[in-house]
Amino acid sequence: MAAAEPHALAPAFEVLPETAAVHWRPRVDDDRLRRLGVLWTLTTLAHVVPFVGAAIGLMVLNPLTLPVALACLAHAWVIPELYAQRGANVVRPRARADAGPERRALGLLGDLLDHDARDLHAATGLVLEPGRLGVWLVGEAGALLLHQGRVYCFCITVDVRVKAASKLPSGDRIAHLLLALRADERGFATVANLNFCGAPWRLRRRINRVMAPAFDAAVALHASRSSGLI
Amino acid sequence: MSKLIRMDHTGHSTLAEWSAEDPAAVQAAVTAFREQLDNGYLAMVSTGPGHAEQVRELPLDASLVILRLPISGG
Repeated sequence: MAAAEPHALAPAFEVLPETAAVHWRPRVDDDRLRRLGVLWTLTTLAHVVPFVGAAIGLMVLNPLTLPVALACLAHAWVIPELYAQRGANVVRPRARADAGPERRALGLLGDLLDHDARDLHAATGLVLEPGRLGVWLVGEAGALLLHQGRVYCFCITVDVRVKAASKLPSGDRIAHLLLALRADERGFATVANLNFCGAPWRLRRRINRVMAPAFDAAVALHASRSSGLI
Repeated sequence: MSKLIRMDHTGHSTLAEWSAEDPAAVQAAVTAFREQLDNGYLAMVSTGPGHAEQVRELPLDASLVILRLPISGG
């Protein structure tokens, strides 16, 4: 019998009220994530295979088309990279508020985290949060989810239509997402917009250096959980 | 002493503090709580690592009640 995870998210007592605003979306679960992952893989292949095929075909027909073939290969490489960059952007740091509010918000966020998560956030700006769907990395305006060998990049933030939202310090922005995630993980993933899904190595190349240790820690934790070690 | 705080541009603001033995403070906290909910805030209670619950009535035994704004897909 697997040992209980110390930080596994509790079953949702109440559905996130924000899910009412996206009522047409099916509630995210393991199956839905898996289907989304397959769809993203097929979409990526649909972008890459024609360009690679065109490059090979051109070279076979006439080696003098090398420049065009190289351009095709460049497209085959660039398009998936742009998607991955879009995924990495969901955890990009946002503009900072004044030092006092930032410090105060950091204090509150720290109260919500254990020692290791606090240290990791201090170093990288991201909060590592194990959940039932997978391992999450929560940023100020987005979150990454490691699930069944794929990384899902969700864009989700404090509702920008609310005037007060733009003035929140970074710690508060993260705390908003973290509390919602902890209250209803599936609802959180349902409300969020999926910006990218793919192999972790693709996102690792695009994530900034400061945040990379957090991503590596999340990948390692996900691997451990998947192998049943924890 | 229990606290009701609201995350805002200052980091967070303490809107009320109460203890169960002080009815006046409890009433003031309940009033502040309802006012913020009417303004669109959502009330959360952290119940341990990885746990949080949304509450619609002020839980008098909670040490900290956090008011947050709604979230949405970006």
